[in-house]
Amino acid sequence: MSANSVALAYLIASVFFILALKGLSSPLTSRRGNLFGMVGMTIAVITTLTVTKNWALILGCIAVGGTIGAVVARRVEMTAMPELVAFMHSLVGLAAVFIAIAAVNNPVSFGLPAVLPMGSKLELFLGTFIGAMTWSGSVIAFLKLSGRMSGAPITFGGQHMVNLVLAIVMLGFGLWFFFSESTNWTAFAGMAAIAFVLGFLIIIPIGGADMPVVISMLNSYSGWAAAGIGFSLGNPMLIIAGSLVGSSGAILSYIMCKAMNRPFLSVILGGFGSEGGTAAAGDGIQKTYRSGSADDAAFLMGNADSVIIVPGYGLAVARAQHSVKELAEKLHAKGVNVRFAIHPVAGRMPGHMNVLLAEAEIPYEQVLEMDEINSDFSNTDVVLVLGANDVVNPAANVPGSPIYGMPILDAYKARTVMVVKRSMAAGYAGLDNDLFYMDKTMMVFGDAKKVVEGMVKAL
Amino acid sequence: MIGEVDPTIINLTVFVLAIFVGYHVVWNVTPALHTPLMSVTNAISGIILVGAMLAAGPAESDWGVWLGAVAVTLASINVFGGFLVTQRMLEMFRKKDKKGSA
Repeated sequence: MSANSVALAYLIASVFFILALKGLSSPLTSRRGNLFGMVGMTIAVITTLTVTKNWALILGCIAVGGTIGAVVARRVEMTAMPELVAFMHSLVGLAAVFIAIAAVNNPVSFGLPAVLPMGSKLELFLGTFIGAMTWSGSVIAFLKLSGRMSGAPITFGGQHMVNLVLAIVMLGFGLWFFFSESTNWTAFAGMAAIAFVLGFLIIIPIGGADMPVVISMLNSYSGWAAAGIGFSLGNPMLIIAGSLVGSSGAILSYIMCKAMNRPFLSVILGGFGSEGGTAAAGDGIQKTYRSGSADDAAFLMGNADSVIIVPGYGLAVARAQHSVKELAEKLHAKGVNVRFAIHPVAGRMPGHMNVLLAEAEIPYEQVLEMDEINSDFSNTDVVLVLGANDVVNPAANVPGSPIYGMPILDAYKARTVMVVKRSMAAGYAGLDNDLFYMDKTMMVFGDAKKVVEGMVKAL
Repeated sequence: MIGEVDPTIINLTVFVLAIFVGYHVVWNVTPALHTPLMSVTNAISGIILVGAMLAAGPAESDWGVWLGAVAVTLASINVFGGFLVTQRMLEMFRKKDKKGSA
């Protein structure tokens, strides 16, 4: 194919990628959107094949990678989606680094001049550095999310200083690479090595509670890495696709930060979400709470007109989604209006809880976002909080509280509140929750799944 | 006379415009589908596969080909894994299909 036809085919593929994202504006068009994405990718790959050699090698590698990807996609548990996503970000990062190395080694094969001009060197520097950081950052995120590494932030004195010095040294290597007459491998390797270390150092101080932000941020990085390689290779399709992904990740990070009322910078600087937080876990006063059994709770819900269920990650951990669906169906059969209220950070990644509920075949029209349902709590009979804590903590409305200003689900406004929880322990933010001590609140202690099963039986 | 525009500037133009498109398209994604959004963008960032193929299939080959081959494998995991897991998730949202998404 001529260079022009290739470029035009790439343009068509780019349009398909945009349509893929556009499709996600509604569950009804989303599957078609995903299909558009696949079509775009197919066009891109076939077009590229026409300008490359070693077909056997390339197709063989695609077959191997594709098989691995397909198996993983089929087998992964929905609760493990955040890990999978982090794992895949790391692959993009690593691939970007490999491609950049190959391009420095043999620029001609990428259509670049044999002696790299400064512009290309700068672009390769950017691609490598973002790719390397994406890789090591995602590996840490993956280890933390999958529980192979403690979610607690790892901090040490002078951490930010160390990062800053490393960043400057990396820039130094970059400049050296930039101004060297011939290909300066030492500078390139030094720069890449520091970028790997930086990615690692930037993620370790970020606590488990902030993982939804981290994962969105790495999503963004992986896009910028692809765009960086697109610049290096002068390929607009890579730039477009990379920028789409980059801006998508950036928007998701912003939404997550907003939902936690945490400035982006303070998430990145880390140290939040430590175990056994220093916050007022107990202010000395023994507060009283009411507890009841699953039967009591079932009785109350059975006689209510409206019930809102607030699911949190605890629900997913207990694998209680399917029992919850049964509960909702039973209540529905009794004429109770059952709905689900989702906080943006319920779960480990943006939209995670929606997927978990969808997996349990809970119809999505019963599942409402915070903004859609918050005004309804005050005229709701019963709110059932399942494995959620900070997102329903009224302390968010109290000036001076560490979570002050965080948008919450107004569960405390309902006529009766029922909280299913293992114990009275504090949530991620390390805060006590006044909701648990209200007169209209009933605590039901136990494993979420067992409790919900008990409720289903009692109905 | 105006001289020839540096290709980097053209790329920059594409880049900035693409960010705008991305910004507007992504804000329209319904929050319920944010996880599929992330997995599909994962697949799309697998577009880096194109760069990997160029690295793996140059006219004259040397050791860079092997790096390219590894990169092709990694990127393919992303492309296939990303699209297929997105499809799997979106199927879950289809059950009990009714009109309107509130």
